[in-house]
Amino acid sequence: MSAPKDNGRIAKRFAALKAEGRAGLVTFITAGDPDLETCRAVLHGLPAAGADLIELGLPFSDPMADGPAIQAASLRALHAGTTARKTLDLVRGFRATDADTPVILMGYYNPIHAYGVDRFLADAIAAGVDGLIVVDLPPEEDEELCIPALKAGVNFIRLATPTTDDKRLPAVLQNTSGFVYYVSIAGITGTASADNAAVGAAVDRLKRHTDLPVAVGFGIKTPEQAADVARVADAAVVGSAIVTRLADGLDAEGKARPGLAEDVLGFVRELAGGVRGARV
Amino acid sequence: MTRPNTYRSGPDERGHFGIYGGRFVAETLMPLILEVEKAYKEAKADPAFEGGIREHLKQYVGRPNPLYYAERLTEKLGGAKIYFKREELNHTGAHKINNCIGQILLARRMGKKRIIAETGAGQHGVATATVCALFDMPCVIYMGETDIARQQPNVFRMKLLGAEVVPVTSGARTLKDAMNEALRDWVTNVSDTYYLIGTAAGPHPYPAMVRDFQSVIGDEVRVQMQELEGRLPDSLVACVGGGSNAIGLFHPFLDDPSVKMVAVEAAGHGIDKGPLAHAASITGGRPGVLHGNRTYLLQDEDGQILEGHSISAGLDYPGVGPEHSWLHDIGRVEYVSATDQETLDAFQLCARTEGIIPALESAHALAEIVKRAPKLPKDHLMVLCLSGRGDKDIFSVAQHLGVKL
Repeated sequence: MSAPKDNGRIAKRFAALKAEGRAGLVTFITAGDPDLETCRAVLHGLPAAGADLIELGLPFSDPMADGPAIQAASLRALHAGTTARKTLDLVRGFRATDADTPVILMGYYNPIHAYGVDRFLADAIAAGVDGLIVVDLPPEEDEELCIPALKAGVNFIRLATPTTDDKRLPAVLQNTSGFVYYVSIAGITGTASADNAAVGAAVDRLKRHTDLPVAVGFGIKTPEQAADVARVADAAVVGSAIVTRLADGLDAEGKARPGLAEDVLGFVRELAGGVRGARV
Repeated sequence: MTRPNTYRSGPDERGHFGIYGGRFVAETLMPLILEVEKAYKEAKADPAFEGGIREHLKQYVGRPNPLYYAERLTEKLGGAKIYFKREELNHTGAHKINNCIGQILLARRMGKKRIIAETGAGQHGVATATVCALFDMPCVIYMGETDIARQQPNVFRMKLLGAEVVPVTSGARTLKDAMNEALRDWVTNVSDTYYLIGTAAGPHPYPAMVRDFQSVIGDEVRVQMQELEGRLPDSLVACVGGGSNAIGLFHPFLDDPSVKMVAVEAAGHGIDKGPLAHAASITGGRPGVLHGNRTYLLQDEDGQILEGHSISAGLDYPGVGPEHSWLHDIGRVEYVSATDQETLDAFQLCARTEGIIPALESAHALAEIVKRAPKLPKDHLMVLCLSGRGDKDIFSVAQHLGVKL
């Protein structure tokens, strides 16, 4: 599908970042983690703390591409009663306060499959969702959700990985829109970190195949690492480190301690500082 | 739905059995899945590969195992003539080894250096550890902590065979979580590791490949029944968790319309006792996507996967192989279920009547035979897949019977 001009929030945000001459910060939190109210407070504070794009995890019982931090976040969210519908409600609430920051739902296919693809897309658009990252839908399964999402006007953001070679890359990029998410390591979220030179080379390789912005994630834990990525990519994605910061703010019963949201947002500010200072 | 000319041509090139199957995996794994598919296609066309499997099945596994006329059970039930396909006599005591021989020979062809696998009851873990010892390859088995607690003998067996058993503490700590953890390992060790999946499920080409390796069961039954009775069997009965022994028995007969097939799922405390009380994905679940394929799953309204329950650790997986989902929808195979209690009764009946202690998994199929055989004529030839032996289960059976060992 040769992409028609994309006027969505994601394209606009990356255009604005380019005009500013800096990379973006993409933050990941899991919807409903550790509870809906705390999650809402974090979500609403993210743009002011420096998040340029927001990934909101759609919790799933079996997150097989995620490491321990995000697995635990998913379980906390599910125990707190989070569903796909409540996740969309969170986005709707956020959208009422912020018309510009892109929101991307990230998760696994089965909750969307159970919701019904067409109904999910309609409700997601109505809630103000801009894009989807569905880990277990490779291009081989594009007819499931990718094509319907593109037709409905929702960006479908694909993951490219170190195992995606030049021969395979065109297939991966073909129906990708919004941006390309480069997974910098072969592995699960929140574990090893890639070295800078390898990330730079990978981004260059992707750029030879696509004009889309390239965001890099997996293994970015500190403002310094975020800055390193921001020097070579269009955006740095931080997930497990933020989720871990949130988990550190829970009491023994798993309830949010007072000030947790502010602490998480403080960490996001540090990350944003790293990203924004990277290219000066 | 139009009736296909053959039930045996699936899956299509994209791994679909009707609407089921597929390749729902993360991008990091996709090139590996394609590599396995290509390697398997090439291996299948190579007579040396087939020859290697045949030789190992004969000399190491001890195949063909007997198709045994269970005369006393037949008399006791007073109806159909019952035969047991004695998979429990295989080396390692279950059908799982058939698949492990095939896959480890494939992994060697592919130049892989390390084997990982998931296990529930531990039978597949033991079979994998066995072939890894035989071929001198490092072996890591993922097993849920809950299963480790209830299957101690198999855990020790795996360790004796030189495998590393990694306890899985995520989720409900059973088979599905072990599979998640094996996938996480694979995604992290893509270059040198082969994932030896134990059942006819997962992303394409695994469901078809495992079925092919297990089809030796049905192929032998076909020949043996011809020798014994001069004709085809009338019905085939097998238990289904992921469904590898059942598909291995059924597949060679799918195009023989006179052969009826019955697959028995685990009804646990009873399917009517709610979604957490059983492990019957087809009878009590609905289609969804998990572990690389679309298939019937135990799940809630929101698409979250539920933990199945069964007295048998080998059947309490919340999914089922995609080919079974398809065979169910088109009506070629009948899917029924047996409760924990029916299974325990059949387990004891088999032990006392035939002198064979069956695996609790296989005892589910026996429970169905107990219900079905008495209503059938004496010339009805019924084959039960006795997929595994029950030594591993004596502790949990003792517990259920209130006996302290």
